[in-house]
Amino acid sequence: MEVFLQDLTKKFPSRNRRVREDKIAVNHFTLKIPNGKLIGLLGPSGCGKSTALNMICGLEKPTEGRIFFNGEDITDLPPEHRGVGMVFQNYALYPHLTVEENIRFPLENLKGKDRLSKQEMHERVMAAAKLVQIEELMERKPSQMSGGQQQRVAIARALVKTPNVLLLDEPLSNLDARLRLQTREEIRRIQRETQVTTIFVTHDQEEAMSISDMIVVMKDGVLHQTGRPQEVYDDPVNLFVAQFLGTPPINTFSGSVRNGHLWIGEDDVMIISGVPDQEVHVGIRPEGFILQEDGPLCCDLIRVEVMGRDTSVVSNHPAAVSLTIRSIISSETQVDTTNPKVRFALKPAKTLLFSKETEERIRFEVK
Amino acid sequence: MKNNNWKGWLYLIPAILFLGIFMVYPLIDVFVYSFEEGYNSASQTFFGVGLYNYRYVLRDPYFLQALKNTFILVIITVPISTGLALLISVGLSSIKPLKELFQTIYFLPYVTNTLAVGLVFMILFNKTAYTDGMINLVIKWFGGQAVDFIHGPYWAKMFVLCFYTIWVVLPFKILILTSALASVNPQFYSAARVDGTSKGRIFWKITVPMISPMLFYLIITGFIGAFKVYSDAVAIFGTDLNQAGMNTIVGFIYDMLYGDSGGYPSYASAAAIILFAVVLTITCINLLVSKKHVYYE
Ligand SMILES: Nc1ncnc2c1ncn2[C@@H]1O[C@H](COP(=O)(O)OP(=O)(O)OP(=O)(O)O)[C@@H](O)[C@H]1O
Ligand SMILES: [Mg+2]
Repeated sequence: MEVFLQDLTKKFPSRNRRVREDKIAVNHFTLKIPNGKLIGLLGPSGCGKSTALNMICGLEKPTEGRIFFNGEDITDLPPEHRGVGMVFQNYALYPHLTVEENIRFPLENLKGKDRLSKQEMHERVMAAAKLVQIEELMERKPSQMSGGQQQRVAIARALVKTPNVLLLDEPLSNLDARLRLQTREEIRRIQRETQVTTIFVTHDQEEAMSISDMIVVMKDGVLHQTGRPQEVYDDPVNLFVAQFLGTPPINTFSGSVRNGHLWIGEDDVMIISGVPDQEVHVGIRPEGFILQEDGPLCCDLIRVEVMGRDTSVVSNHPAAVSLTIRSIISSETQVDTTNPKVRFALKPAKTLLFSKETEERIRFEVK
Repeated sequence: MKNNNWKGWLYLIPAILFLGIFMVYPLIDVFVYSFEEGYNSASQTFFGVGLYNYRYVLRDPYFLQALKNTFILVIITVPISTGLALLISVGLSSIKPLKELFQTIYFLPYVTNTLAVGLVFMILFNKTAYTDGMINLVIKWFGGQAVDFIHGPYWAKMFVLCFYTIWVVLPFKILILTSALASVNPQFYSAARVDGTSKGRIFWKITVPMISPMLFYLIITGFIGAFKVYSDAVAIFGTDLNQAGMNTIVGFIYDMLYGDSGGYPSYASAAAIILFAVVLTITCINLLVSKKHVYYE
């Protein structure tokens, strides 16, 4: 199912009498989601991800804009006629029902020609349970299961009616780090097997990057960028997207462009072309530093952390906006820890410029 | 842990003493009295020990009337008041404007004096030489025959008593149920809506099980409360309940102790023990049923 969100806007009326303005949770959001893909909807807390999802599944009515499934306008359709499955932030498994009853619940709602016999229901329930590998837990109550198991039950319940679109609202936020890793692979596997168009909401960029075919970055209800994870990481459109993606995060400096030279503080770090003179934000990915004795960027060394494959050099620079600068270099390179200064050359592809005023990306060419 | 045990007991002593003197001792005493034949509280004497008191009480037509009245009252008022309270609470939770106002209105009878409410009922139902009462006016308006609800036929009196009892217990039940409904996570309703669950199914399959512990609590306390009804009957029919044929078990016990025909603590005790046995049985049945149907988180 191809999902198309056209100019979607959701305003919540303000409850506070002193604040007249409505709260705009989702702001003119336009997005096309290709059939059968897994989309990671990514953004900081409160940016309107859940609201967007609720509009797609029909729990919230958009203030403006339309929603299309396969070209068909379904904006005014109630949730049950949209063919969506939803997994909620804390699963919303019915605590008084067993796993089997929980998964069967949506099937029992079917009426008329869609009505299933007991036998058919059982088969469908078992098939869904098999897909998420919980066949041996069918008699348990939700409270008798681990978070990861509950999460799978919730997915099975969402999948049992074979929805056209599967919506997952931060499904991993209640799991510990290890289980998260495992479960997100699981979600990827299930999505591949069922080929259902899936929207996966998260505020964890690593999670989104690792399993999505396409990520959608939003902030304050506004869509900032969409694309394949690596594309968005390498080529962010603005400072927010650049800062939001990547661990460790991008290092930011305030710099300036003068006569085709990029300056960071007192350091003339790069000769570039195609950029008029101006003040800029400079973002450098941790892997964009090259340790070089006569490198142009001169930093104060704080410490060196060796972590297996990589060495991370923590340093400081007078023009840095981030508290410390973290650069990742290969372990084979030796860092002279006796020297209080450390010098880097920069990889142009990993160095990103942003306008000081608009924070929009400024593209440049290297001579 | 072991060493501190005596401390625990020490802290419990005031409560144990209090409960022992004012609860356990009287209970045992009532039990003993109920087997002592012809006990006289003035001289503290009795003739013998046996089941005579029970035999007497169970043959007393006033007691049988009281027993019948109580059972009818219980069977009618507990389901109706609980069901009605559930209906009203669900209604209250689904409206937004003026919600607080309605909640306050529904709670008002709870903080109003029983006897004051009784007076209102008198005005509503009583038929005197001067007026037929409000309800009769309405009945006549629709072309019906005026009924004397206070001194008239048995069913009319029973209707008023049940009406009154339901009216009095309703606010508390609504209060409990609205807060129980408010504590149900709204995400369950969202999930149900996405799955296309009908309103009725949401109510029976999600709402009711989720608030079942509170419902069950209300049913048990409702049964116990209805079995102990006395002041409600007095408020409507006055103190001579036997005369009105509207006595309850507790009313019978009171009459046996202090009424005009009173002074029989042995009979009163036997009646009290019978009431106790009835309530105990009903509560046990309730508990057994609840094991199957009540979901505890
Ligand atoms: N029913 C509502 N009434 C008023 N404001 C709301 C309502 N629901 C959401 N909002 C506001 O809309 C904004 C977006 O909320 P939303 O729940 O979509 O955020 P989110 O991106 O899902 O955040 P999180 O990651 O914390 O779940 C928030 O600022 C929130 O306060
Ligand atoms: Mg959310």
